[in-house]
Amino acid sequence: MRGLVTVLMLSLFLAPNLAKAVLPDEILSDPGLEARARSLSLELRCLVCQNQSIDDSNAELARDLRILVRERLVAGDTDAEALEHIRKRYGDFVLLNPPVQQSTYILWYGPILIVFVGIGLMLLTVRRKKTAVADTPLNDAERTRLTSALNRESDE
Amino acid sequence: MRKVLYLLPLMFCLGLGVFFYLGLDGDPRSVPSAFINKPSPEFSLAPLPGRAKAPFANFDVLNRNDLTSGRPLILNVWASWCVPCVAEHPLVDRLAKEEGILVHGINYRDKAVAASNWLNRLGDPFTKVGFDNDGKAGIEWGVYGVPETFVIDGDGTVIFKHAGALTPEIVEKNILPFFKGRN
Repeated sequence: MRGLVTVLMLSLFLAPNLAKAVLPDEILSDPGLEARARSLSLELRCLVCQNQSIDDSNAELARDLRILVRERLVAGDTDAEALEHIRKRYGDFVLLNPPVQQSTYILWYGPILIVFVGIGLMLLTVRRKKTAVADTPLNDAERTRLTSALNRESDE
Repeated sequence: MRKVLYLLPLMFCLGLGVFFYLGLDGDPRSVPSAFINKPSPEFSLAPLPGRAKAPFANFDVLNRNDLTSGRPLILNVWASWCVPCVAEHPLVDRLAKEEGILVHGINYRDKAVAASNWLNRLGDPFTKVGFDNDGKAGIEWGVYGVPETFVIDGDGTVIFKHAGALTPEIVEKNILPFFKGRN
């Protein structure tokens, strides 16, 4: 019983992933091409609803683009060529995975840079702490000054 | 020197704040066109059927040749079901009739009867109207919502694009200066 409930609950979580926007009439008869089309659709942004891929979106434009991707694949395009076909018309923004190029260097390499700066700062702080701890003991003159100062405090 | 180092995190956070504040500006829905300063795409559209202002329907196919006549022009993508298109229509009308600019239209994913009724009702500023009922030409142009307005140089180069309804500010700032002395 418990197992059944768990399975049912899990399938509830999985259900949204099965319910994609692709309509039956769009699906290609060749399962290999269809699989490629699906994975390409996941990489293309629906410009009407921006943070959905065209595979997720019910917008008409998303449907048009899904059909276009399939047309390109049927016409013999490679995956890269099909993506480029759409990028040429809609710009880099249509790619959910931004390409590595001059304008995206900060995006791609910024985090690595920040990690290195952080490591650098950490090493610096650790080293400074070490030198602060390993101090030299007081000499005689300093010790007498310290005791007299402490005595004066307690007298008051 | 030490003090400067202590101020560093504060300065970093302030910088970040300024960066984010600037990020609040601008419309995240407006995506730069892939065609700016590039040749306009190839396309060919039959004229909008039933349009009152098209006596020589056979000559009214709208294609890339219409954009390379040497005269700069505006290409306006619209649809009768599109509410912001109604809002911007007086401005498109003004660009064509008062400023004397050549304006072509692409009727995007529309029904012919609804579209020609819309033009009869609100006025028809267009020289040619291509009928893009399946949205294929729209895709060639990278259209993702209507209205969209392109400014195109006489050799077919796309100079400027605005997605969404035109406003008087955009017309004054981004469109009219280009046509000054070129029309």
